[in-house]
Amino acid sequence: MITLGEVRYFLQRIVRPIDPFLLVISLIIMGCAYVVMLSASPERINSHIINICAALVVMWIVAGQPPQRLHNFAVPLYVLGLLLLIGVALFGDVSKGARRWLNLGVMRIQPSELMKIAMPLMLAWYFQRREGSLKFYDFLVAIVILAVPTALIIIQPDLGTAILVLAAGFFVIFFAGLSWKLIIPAGVLGIAAIVAIVSYQDQICASDVKWPGLHDYQKHRVCTLLDPSSDPRGKGFHTIQSTIAVGSGGFFGKGWRMGTQTHLDFLPERHTDFILAVVSEEFGFAGVLAIAILYCLLIGRGLLIASNAATMFGRLLAGAVTMIFFTFAFVNMGMVSGILPVVGVPLPMISYGGTSLVTLCLGIGILMSIQQHRRRR
Amino acid sequence: MELKAPEQEVSRFRARVAAAAVLVLVGFALIIARFVYLQIIRYDYYSTRAEENRISLVPIEPNRGLITDRKGVVMARNYSAYTLEITPSKVGNVDDTIDDLAEFIDIQAKDRKRFKKLVEESKNFESLPIRTRLTDEEVAKFIARRYRFPGVDIKARLFRQYPLNDLASHAIGYIGRINQKEMAKIEEDDDMVENYRGTEHIGKTGLEQSYENDLHGVTGFEQVEVDASGRAVRSLARTPPIPGNNLQLTLDSDLQRVAEQAFGDRRGALVAIDPNNGDILAFVSMPRFDPNLFVDGITPDNWDVLNTSADKPMLNRALNGAYPPGSTFKPFMALGALETGKRSASMIFNDPGYFVFGNNTFHDDKVGGHGAVDMVKSIVVSCDSYYYSLANDMGIDLIASFMSKLGFGARTGIDIEGESVGVLPSPEWKKRRFKRPEQQKWYAGETISIGIGQGYNAYTMLQMAHATATLAGGGVVYKPHLVKYVTDAASGKRRTIEPTPIATLDFKPEHLDVIRRAMVGVTTFGTGAKAFQGAKYQVAGKTGTAQVFSLKGAKYHEGDVHERLRDHAVFIAYAPADHPKIAMAVLVENGGWGAQAAAPIARQVLDYYLEGIKPTGAAPDEEGAEE
Repeated sequence: MITLGEVRYFLQRIVRPIDPFLLVISLIIMGCAYVVMLSASPERINSHIINICAALVVMWIVAGQPPQRLHNFAVPLYVLGLLLLIGVALFGDVSKGARRWLNLGVMRIQPSELMKIAMPLMLAWYFQRREGSLKFYDFLVAIVILAVPTALIIIQPDLGTAILVLAAGFFVIFFAGLSWKLIIPAGVLGIAAIVAIVSYQDQICASDVKWPGLHDYQKHRVCTLLDPSSDPRGKGFHTIQSTIAVGSGGFFGKGWRMGTQTHLDFLPERHTDFILAVVSEEFGFAGVLAIAILYCLLIGRGLLIASNAATMFGRLLAGAVTMIFFTFAFVNMGMVSGILPVVGVPLPMISYGGTSLVTLCLGIGILMSIQQHRRRR
Repeated sequence: MELKAPEQEVSRFRARVAAAAVLVLVGFALIIARFVYLQIIRYDYYSTRAEENRISLVPIEPNRGLITDRKGVVMARNYSAYTLEITPSKVGNVDDTIDDLAEFIDIQAKDRKRFKKLVEESKNFESLPIRTRLTDEEVAKFIARRYRFPGVDIKARLFRQYPLNDLASHAIGYIGRINQKEMAKIEEDDDMVENYRGTEHIGKTGLEQSYENDLHGVTGFEQVEVDASGRAVRSLARTPPIPGNNLQLTLDSDLQRVAEQAFGDRRGALVAIDPNNGDILAFVSMPRFDPNLFVDGITPDNWDVLNTSADKPMLNRALNGAYPPGSTFKPFMALGALETGKRSASMIFNDPGYFVFGNNTFHDDKVGGHGAVDMVKSIVVSCDSYYYSLANDMGIDLIASFMSKLGFGARTGIDIEGESVGVLPSPEWKKRRFKRPEQQKWYAGETISIGIGQGYNAYTMLQMAHATATLAGGGVVYKPHLVKYVTDAASGKRRTIEPTPIATLDFKPEHLDVIRRAMVGVTTFGTGAKAFQGAKYQVAGKTGTAQVFSLKGAKYHEGDVHERLRDHAVFIAYAPADHPKIAMAVLVENGGWGAQAAAPIARQVLDYYLEGIKPTGAAPDEEGAEE
């Protein structure tokens, strides 16, 4: 016979690693995703539910692991990811003009996805090792650790994933204390570059101008962002139709399943990268604001967990993982509203797609694990 | 492994977290600002854009008005058929696509040629027919393979059909695809642009052109919701098209057929007018052409045949062929002489067989002359010297001013476009016509041959018939017209083209009577007597022979130069002489003597119109061709 005490103990075992705040926010976001998906792509709703369940299981499993175990995984995961990326560069399958997939015979995998988690793990592991004796030299090493896989992803080319991996790594380095003296000039330089590109778009977007180090299609994306009307039926179509969907939603939207842009196929990728346009069209500004607030709460909780983490590894990892959510959300929302180029970044935990959902829930799991083993005063 | 971090490091980390939090807030603020801009500030703009995306106005082409003859026989109608159409800009290689289609749809070399011509004449984004009148089987075959052919589609279209084929083709005209020049003209007028959005054809010549506004109708529109691929999802609203107005003509298709068949293979023109109201009863220009050839876009081969033939079937001889009237001018000269007092009817002219003017001698065609000639005899025997002398006495200015009242040298105002003016010679005309001063001068000697309808004289058969009708009608000038009623297809309301007397010329009845007696004499014992032997009605007529004056721009081919240099035969007539119902002018190109070639044609037309006698041996015209 199972006693009441045993049941209670068992339940405690299940519940204990879970951070209720993170779980509730995540469930609300996923609930929103469910409602939107019923409009955007009802035929995918079952597999979307399966993805959500799988991701929740992953979240729970990871949440139950002590940070020390994650720490032990860091180097092997990173090395594996790096080897697979090299494999892709040498033997990868080409699909839609990009070499992203590695065919293992039984399945095709996309190693760049792995790097989104392996990168912050590895960097956090490195800074943990050098704790107390951190030198400028360590930041150089960290930059190399970050640069090699990022470069391998860029040449695939997969700009969206590269941005996320780069952001994940950058935030570890940032939280580790990279000097403001380096960050501020870099930021200023970056803003100056964007201003320059916008003001000289006519010259640099002329068809005979080659951009060093970037593919033609990447140049196209940036150029059509600057002036979507230059190619309304082609590359600019996504941006134009998406902004129309967003703008025509108004304050309260056209109503659930009433979006004309969505349901008459004007909106491309409506269940994946452009699902926020569906939200905007059908639920209006109110819907967008609600989503943004949910992300802010999630990110705020993540940053709180980071500041209370017991170890440097925990702090850096929690901070970086949290900022990955921000990067995802920011890039996706910018893309949908036409202020960032279309780079293929999903809306976190809302866009359809098992891989990114699992990756993100794994991140939530990591945050829960770190919270479980936080610093006690 | 619980590593204790130094407090200092933790506080530095917390500063970084605070910085990150600021970044997050700034980032989201930026995004939210963008959404406020799109969704609140620019809401109206994007809302309109979304509506424009989803709502498409599809024009619905109206049914073109029917054309019937005065008895209701259909001369132009519409039928609906499936066409296979290609939008060249949407297919990769047009020739390959046609090859693929030809595997299961009958596409012949002439279809390809015609399509090529259409492509050259049109803009690339238009949908152009490669095959028309598909069979049900071909439609089914294509639909089964449609997915293989983006940019190729089957459309149900209305086609114009001329069931009487060649009959009266120069009056009816034809429609054809709108060309770029016509499109430019349409685009000048906003209302017209809107009304022609679904229209691909327009009247090119004849009544189809001049009554285009009536025949076209009002384009309807359907508001449909479309998806991104342009496919209609559902209909939101519909404004039905208003069909074009129907035309009922003054032409009598049976009379027209009799007239056309009377010409046989000969070239020429005939215009018959009801002198009581200006109704045009027959409007013939031979040879004819089949207007049906133009409807789907004419094939280059057919086009070449029509345009390079020495017979010039596309030339509207009745409207644009200006010929010297020859002796048919004499009755008008005679009337002029009476009205201006230059001659009295009984005044006798002794004809020696020639007329001397200065150093020139103008000969009569009868050696030795006609002897004593009064006005009636001058017309009956067609005495040239009488008119040489008369012309000299009247002088060119008086001739010109009298003849202009009868409409010579001016457009009659017929309701089809492109009418020629002809030439009514006068010193003023010569000044306009020629550039060099020595050519501009009018020589008195030139007046002499004007009197017998030669010299610079050149009139269309429409003008001749018009003048004859005025003569027959006692001086009342009606504007000749081909359309009797314009009927609103929807309401059935009929608008009558009122006979409009342009002028009433106050000819003295006794003068008109002299001319009538003389012209009746022509057909009873004069030059035209043979052609009207046994006629049960009285005909006032006049024969004429026009010296060959090449048609404008006509090229003479060496092989047939002799036949083409023969004189043109002319005949004018009205009947019954005492209360005329019909007035006409006939010309047979290179027909020789008027009495021989032209008068018998007039006889057949009058026999049919007045007595209902069908010419013997004439085969019925090909009627009601298969669709």
